Amino acid sequence: MIEFCGVGKTYAGGTVAVEDFSYTVQANSLVVLVGSSGSGKTTLLRMVNRMVEPTAGSVLIDGRDVAGLDRVRLRRSIGYVLQAGGLLPHRTIADNVATVPVLNGTRRREARSAVVGLLERVGLDPSCAERYPSQLSGGQQQRVGVARALAADPDILLMDEPFGAVDPIVRRELQDELRRLQRELGKTILLVTHDIDEAFRVGDEVVVLKERGVTAQVGTPADILAHPADAFVRSFVGADRAERRLRTTDVDGRRVLVDDDGRPAGVLVAAEERRTAP
Amino acid sequence: MNLLLEAAAWLADAAHWTGPGSVPVRVLEHLWVTALVVGAAAVVAIPTGVWVGHTGRGRTAVIAFAGAARAVPTLGLLTLLGLWLGIGLGAPLLALVVLAVPSLLAGAYSGVESVDGTTTSAARAIGMSEWQIVTRVELPLAAPVILGGVRAATLQVIATATLAAYIADAGLGRFLFNGLKSRDYAQMLAGALLVTLIALLFEVLLAAAQRRAARAARPAGQKSTSPSNPVFPKGPS
Repeated sequence: MIEFCGVGKTYAGGTVAVEDFSYTVQANSLVVLVGSSGSGKTTLLRMVNRMVEPTAGSVLIDGRDVAGLDRVRLRRSIGYVLQAGGLLPHRTIADNVATVPVLNGTRRREARSAVVGLLERVGLDPSCAERYPSQLSGGQQQRVGVARALAADPDILLMDEPFGAVDPIVRRELQDELRRLQRELGKTILLVTHDIDEAFRVGDEVVVLKERGVTAQVGTPADILAHPADAFVRSFVGADRAERRLRTTDVDGRRVLVDDDGRPAGVLVAAEERRTAP
Repeated sequence: MNLLLEAAAWLADAAHWTGPGSVPVRVLEHLWVTALVVGAAAVVAIPTGVWVGHTGRGRTAVIAFAGAARAVPTLGLLTLLGLWLGIGLGAPLLALVVLAVPSLLAGAYSGVESVDGTTTSAARAIGMSEWQIVTRVELPLAAPVILGGVRAATLQVIATATLAAYIADAGLGRFLFNGLKSRDYAQMLAGALLVTLIALLFEVLLAAAQRRAARAARPAGQKSTSPSNPVFPKGPS
């Protein structure tokens, strides 16, 4: 559980990144902070592992103020995934994934033997273990970044625009896999993005931020779509966009969903023919 | 051509290869002076440069200092130090350290500074201490540029260490000064050839070391984003 208690961040020059933000991320949930640039979302994320120190308020993990914890040890206990992976270019994939366990004192051979399982877990062929980051595609590097974050088996994962650098098809694949991982591993995940579709796709709960960390709305994706709190949220989530406004029409006895422009979006199915989750 | 043959004959003369002040002794002295100077300068300059590159603090001061130190004429400084410290190795060693420091400093600081900020930031975010970031991320990635500084400094010192003989009885410079005094141009040329040979040998060795470091820093042929060698406009004075 991560609690933001009235946190704020004002930089030395007087720039306010976050005014006053309070929110609790429940354990084992996947929460998305979504907002455009200047919303302070990354600043908030980086407060959790003390990459940024709040100038007001405090961040608590399982009831303990992070300000009282050793910075380096705190960071090693939290998985961190960032855009484009942030891998070390001079080390092999195996060494990259094993970084945190080795820092924690696990013997290098032992840590590397766990790498195969981790790579499989994130959907990578273990044969890439001895290759270097530059030999992998952007999507593969991103998966390695996730494997590295999982290596020390942390309770919490922080993800900073993790899928920003990959093309839309791979992005969607990675989003689905993140859901799968979350189901399998039950981590507490806090993810930051500027992409509302990504937020709705992966989030159990979504926090829509205005400027400087002001919360516009908190809720499940369905809540937010059904009842946008104000005009800002309405326009941010695109509630008035044609593809968000669906209606059904009858096509040869099947109910087809079409959007406001009349483009087909899918078919309406009865509860009993729902695809069972794999 | 005639002079070259005379120099070759001088070098071939067995009498010049034994005893005090012979070719092997002078070569060893020259190498010893070079090693001492580059070693001492590196102990000061490389940690300072790495610290500046890592923290970004004192950057302006270091650039100003390196620029100013580079403009100091070594012969003038040597004369000044010689008047102060007297005859002996002290003055030339100090003057040569001043010559070597700017290249080493610039190499270390620009090498570390050129490491991609997102890489170091990621290393910090996953829990590396500042010391671990320096030793495990910045130094391996900056090694080619740092070695470029070492290469430039070593070559400058090998060439300029001939000046040590100006006020001390040491190094291959002895052949130059002796030859000049006695108009023995064969001896002078022989000395100059020996210095050139040593310089070339070290150039080849250090270039190979630099290539090795570059391969380790960018395995699998990633594109280089930083210059492999900082530019050092100043030649030996």
